[in-house]
Amino acid sequence: MTYALVAGVLFGLYFSLVGIGLNLVFGVMRIVNLAHGDILMLGAFIALGVVGIAGIDPLFAVPLAFVVFVLAGVLLYWVLVPRLQGSANPEMLSIILFFGLSQVIEAVTTIFAGTSERSIQSRLLGTVFTTIKVKWFGGKAGGAGPIQIFGQGFPAPWVIAAITSLIAIGLVYLYLYHTRLGTLTRAVMSRRDEALATGIDVDRVSAAAFGIGLGIAAVAGVFAPFMFGSVTPAFGADATVTSFAIVVLGSLGNPLGTALGGVVYGLCYMLVQTYLSSWADLLPYVLLIVILLLRPSGLLGRRVRVA
Amino acid sequence: MHNASKHLLFILAPLVVVFALLPGVYQNHLLLFNFVIFLILAQGVNIIYGFTGYLPFGYVGFFGAGAYGFAIMVMHLQTPAPLAVLVGGGVAVLLGLLLTPLLRLSGAYFAIANLAASLAVLHFVANPALEGITKGPYGVSLTGTFNPTHAYYAAVVVMALTVGAVVYLKNSPFGLALQAVREDAVSASMAGVNIIKMRVIAWLASALVAGLAGGIYAWYVSVFYPDNVFSGEFSIFAIVFALFGGVATITGPIVGVLILYGIYNLIGFTTPQYFQLIYGLLIMGLVLFLPAGLVSLATRRGWHVP
Repeated sequence: MTYALVAGVLFGLYFSLVGIGLNLVFGVMRIVNLAHGDILMLGAFIALGVVGIAGIDPLFAVPLAFVVFVLAGVLLYWVLVPRLQGSANPEMLSIILFFGLSQVIEAVTTIFAGTSERSIQSRLLGTVFTTIKVKWFGGKAGGAGPIQIFGQGFPAPWVIAAITSLIAIGLVYLYLYHTRLGTLTRAVMSRRDEALATGIDVDRVSAAAFGIGLGIAAVAGVFAPFMFGSVTPAFGADATVTSFAIVVLGSLGNPLGTALGGVVYGLCYMLVQTYLSSWADLLPYVLLIVILLLRPSGLLGRRVRVA
Repeated sequence: MHNASKHLLFILAPLVVVFALLPGVYQNHLLLFNFVIFLILAQGVNIIYGFTGYLPFGYVGFFGAGAYGFAIMVMHLQTPAPLAVLVGGGVAVLLGLLLTPLLRLSGAYFAIANLAASLAVLHFVANPALEGITKGPYGVSLTGTFNPTHAYYAAVVVMALTVGAVVYLKNSPFGLALQAVREDAVSASMAGVNIIKMRVIAWLASALVAGLAGGIYAWYVSVFYPDNVFSGEFSIFAIVFALFGGVATITGPIVGVLILYGIYNLIGFTTPQYFQLIYGLLIMGLVLFLPAGLVSLATRRGWHVP
């Protein structure tokens, strides 16, 4: 029981990281990024590349993935979104547009990487910490064993992923509430047309949010091989639906809501898996539908839907 | 001549005749069958998306429900195939009724909830705990009813009914009212349109045709797994075909299926990932440059497209 609860919280924090980028993109642009899971998958491949080519701790892939995908996101925004926003029904068409994008990403990855499952040895993650410890404080070098929490051992990658997620969520919070661009972002989130009328450069703000959203998704992807065991180019689609469940569970446009949604999701996931394992697959979908019907604005949200 | 009978005579009749005669001329019957199934599904998407604006991203849920309705009737009650197909359609309508609360959601929320619903049905059917009823993830084998010729003609009949339904929507006050609801629900309700009834009828109609198509598909292939009949590709293909041609028209989805599924069969089988790449790019280009479908090329010039 304790094990399931703690594992649920660890996974939940990670799930929040998975969902938060999607939340940002949908909240700011009303665009459904169906390629979100594929960005995660690409992040995982960056981690594989870092380990495979440089042979260093996959944690170094975190800043790399973030920077690469922030740039890619800003670029992609200018190619796709302004044209999309000009069409009759951007919200619906965005679903189809980003589905197309996800197909392209999946196909290109398959062409270059093949369809086989890939994984990274989990002891590689966090070696940078043990190295520092050995260098500065002396002591013995060795693989990071399970980390003890409440007398139960958990794999170190889970804990590292959870801590990274906490840091990332904190940074998103700082960005949204304590920087000028973040304040503008929140203005666009609540009323796009009024923000435009006030003279806010909506496109610039949105491009930044899109880039950051993709960047965070890629960071979450770096940990995907450790949290899910392995990744394939086709991993993206499932990740997208899960992310949606988390985002909707929390609330749109509220990073703290997504954090809560992620933890609730993680706890439910672990508890169902422990006690009713054959039904665990159903959970995200049923949870998603129930929450959508009961509280379309999410657990912490205000009502945003009209008619 | 009345518009509706013109549409029936010049669009529906040739389509049915061509697909009824083609098996005698062309040998790849499976391909023809798939064309007919996708014509049904694309028109089903047209009914719900084109006329009401709800994007059924989990449309395959009805298809799979129909296939499993068929399979369960045949496996457990030894029902004759045509009756089992009807039951499959009925199962899909029941699922549609169960999902009517989703119509309260709007825009992307509906699409995502619908996708989640179809995945939930898939995991429900494929659950090993229900092996006694659905055979769980191990798939069903229905060799007793295997009869591809009859199944093919049944599919043509359902296609005729579906296209007929779209002709009706295009030419009736009911279809006009639906489009009014799609454009502006509040004004439509003030003009005396019963919004909820309208939407539910369109929703159940599109569920019914997908369920019938699913039942016939099960009849035709006779051996399948949950992942086959609940494959997201059915939803995506149907939506993309319908959009590519142009929704809320009779001819749009037909043109979309014939062109895109034709291309798919030319290059898709040998190199799936290159096809996926081209397909993805095609979809993106379509949304960015031709969001109202191929027919908008004609309507922009002021030609009327049925």
